[in-house]
Amino acid sequence: MPAGGEAAAAASLAEAEDAALRLRGDTATSQGRLVARRFLAHKAAMASVAVFAAIAVLAFTSIGFAGIPGWWDKSYTLAATVVDGGRPTLSLVPGWLGGEGLRWGEHPFGQDSTGKDYFALVMRGTQQSITIALVVGTVATVIGSVVGAVAGYFRGWVDSVLMRITDLVIVIPLLVLAAVLGKIAGGSGNVLVLALVLGLVTWTGLARLVRGEVLSLREREFVSAAEAMGARASRIIFRHLLPNTVGVIAVNATFAVAGAILLETSLSYLGFGVRAPDSSLGLLISQYQSAFTTRPWLFWWPGMTILAVALSVNFIGDGLRDAFDPRQSRAARRKGRTRP
Amino acid sequence: MLRFILRRLGASAAILLGASLLLYVLMVNAGDPLKDLRESNASNRDELIRQRIGFMGLDQPWYQRYWTWLAGVAKCVTLNCDLGTNRSGVEVSSLLANAAGSTLRLVVLATVLAAVLGIAVGVLTAVRQYSGLDYSVTFLTFLFFSLPVFWAAVLLKEYLAIGYNDWIANPAFTPAQTAVSALLFGFVMQVVLAGSRTRRLATFAASAAFVALVLPYLQWLNFFRYPQLGFGGVVVLSLAVALSATATSAGLRNKLVLYPVLATVLAGAIAYWATFGLMENPTWGTLALLLAAAVAVPVVLGRVLGGHLRGRATGAGLATALAMAGLTTLDHIFRAWPGFLSLKPRPISTIGSQTPNFGGTFWESFLDRGAQLLLPTLLLALISLASYSRYTRASMLEVGRQDYIRTARAKGLGERTVILKHALRNALIPIATIMAFDFAGLIGGAVVTEAVFGWKGMGELFRTGLDQVDPAPVMAFFLVTGTAAVLFNMLADILYAILDPRIRV
Repeated sequence: MPAGGEAAAAASLAEAEDAALRLRGDTATSQGRLVARRFLAHKAAMASVAVFAAIAVLAFTSIGFAGIPGWWDKSYTLAATVVDGGRPTLSLVPGWLGGEGLRWGEHPFGQDSTGKDYFALVMRGTQQSITIALVVGTVATVIGSVVGAVAGYFRGWVDSVLMRITDLVIVIPLLVLAAVLGKIAGGSGNVLVLALVLGLVTWTGLARLVRGEVLSLREREFVSAAEAMGARASRIIFRHLLPNTVGVIAVNATFAVAGAILLETSLSYLGFGVRAPDSSLGLLISQYQSAFTTRPWLFWWPGMTILAVALSVNFIGDGLRDAFDPRQSRAARRKGRTRP
Repeated sequence: MLRFILRRLGASAAILLGASLLLYVLMVNAGDPLKDLRESNASNRDELIRQRIGFMGLDQPWYQRYWTWLAGVAKCVTLNCDLGTNRSGVEVSSLLANAAGSTLRLVVLATVLAAVLGIAVGVLTAVRQYSGLDYSVTFLTFLFFSLPVFWAAVLLKEYLAIGYNDWIANPAFTPAQTAVSALLFGFVMQVVLAGSRTRRLATFAASAAFVALVLPYLQWLNFFRYPQLGFGGVVVLSLAVALSATATSAGLRNKLVLYPVLATVLAGAIAYWATFGLMENPTWGTLALLLAAAVAVPVVLGRVLGGHLRGRATGAGLATALAMAGLTTLDHIFRAWPGFLSLKPRPISTIGSQTPNFGGTFWESFLDRGAQLLLPTLLLALISLASYSRYTRASMLEVGRQDYIRTARAKGLGERTVILKHALRNALIPIATIMAFDFAGLIGGAVVTEAVFGWKGMGELFRTGLDQVDPAPVMAFFLVTGTAAVLFNMLADILYAILDPRIRV
């Protein structure tokens, strides 16, 4: 979804709301504070931040990360004897409601067919997905904003060349390009390589958006002023233009992260992403989709985790958009209603 | 305009060429195409390796192979494509011809379904901005955006396909199921139709009662195994369509419109019996001919009998004739349903795009493919429906703020006319671009969908090609998706220029 760029129409509403915020007591408030305050007031986004943080903390502390041991004692690579058909021991229904009481148990998410602890496997997959998504989001955002800003600022042949390269990448379906690159990068067995490579193909949308913003920003007086004072092109781009497009960039970076989670899981599902013996949420679903009728927990846990992570990141993006674009925020909604 | 199109065409061809080179280079470096043979223990291993090197041209440098591929593609201008051979020596063009049919069927159907429903939902949520309906649809779109396709597919298979197959063996509703469906339907209807509290209550009661009466009645008829419409049903429903089309276009008292529309119904009723034998086992050709006739008859009747209102008479007649053709087709599909059920007692199987060696009449194999198409289409449509509804909503809200909409309201036009005629038409312009992107994107997305549902389509071609480091099938897949993307993009640009007078080329 695009972050609407019709700033002019929003100006009056934004001013009205900013005035209201200022009246609330304190004096001068910076733009950044206003955005942060609007974001903190967005309930769905704040709940999503909490959910995402909880999942990330659980995934990274439980089985440990990068050699640091975690508090969970089982490994995602060690096979063991299958206990009770590998059924999950997690129980959330208290005894007085007819359940088995609140219990974590030996294998909270159950065991897979070789007896590996499924909680450890899912946590490892979540780690991989979050790592890949954040790296992809960062790489894509950096490339996309730089390409877009350079193309928009210099225009002329630089713009033509950069935009034709963007078209070149867009015309190959994203999944296809990602699958081919994933196949090349997957051989190394390092998810960071895979993530970097995926970042190299997902920057195109942002580049177009930033270019559009920069094309209109570069005509403004502050850019002329900077040019008149003899600022170099790099200074104008990085100190004057890009900070003014931070709204578009932040919102799209969030959606890029959500998209990257789905892309990575799809690739791993198809067999071109993370490979066994490592674990990934997409890989787990592809391995156990036929077990759905007999051992449904092998299917539900990774799927629900993907859904929870992607959904919370998408809601965070929505909250950011509302914060940067006050026309759509809750306070403006009430004031903006003209028709009964 | 022509210069604009030619320039766009040239640029698109250059981009396609560059992208094909990029993809080819990546494919050549994607691994070792001889890996499986090098590791094999077959006695004729060297012979097999030599054979594959021959088929794939591995003895030549990669740029020569790319050049050969490009020269083969260039022959497409004379409708004589040569897309090379895959690693076992099979012509890729024939593989593609087999695979493209099922994939295109899936993608086109999903696009149309998603666009129509998505635009409708988008308009509705824009009109009822910040209502309960708007918030629930917003939440659902976020949910669909975040849904992993392959995971949702397994859920659909399990609960929709297998559940339906079990149910159709002995279709019956328990009283609890009837009650829940009635309450649910009533609830959804009152949310959609909205209005004052009494109106909502009335809508809720009427629609819940409707479902509560109709479901047991259909079950009593055994409608789900022996559905029937019959000549009577076709004529009564067509008359209803005819009268409402007349009423909305010119009013029921207007004989100039009413008579040609009623004559169309009469012609349709005669056609029902005249084509009965033909329609029992038609071909796509006869169906197309009959459809052409269904279009021609009301046009002629409207022109001849419509007098000075011939435009409206033709429009209303056309709507009636198309509805009647659809109902007649539905009647024949209903007649084929029991036979189809006896051929395939579990109608929706979860694997494949059609049942192998199915046989059966035209309608029976039509139903077979339709049943196989149902789940993948639903899945693909659901996900792109989310983006269509969001874009339409944003676009409608944007247009709704403009002055000419206020003018239209101020001069006393009805809300329906303002929204459908003035706002929607202009809001749809940007949707054209999105549709172009979405279509190409969906073919890419079909790779995952086909993998989950075990279809032998283009996605399968791509997947095995990439898995075996075999460039020819992958490039064939890219040729179709890339060309589709470029073509649809250009169409959208041209459409944009025609529809939006602010854009001058």
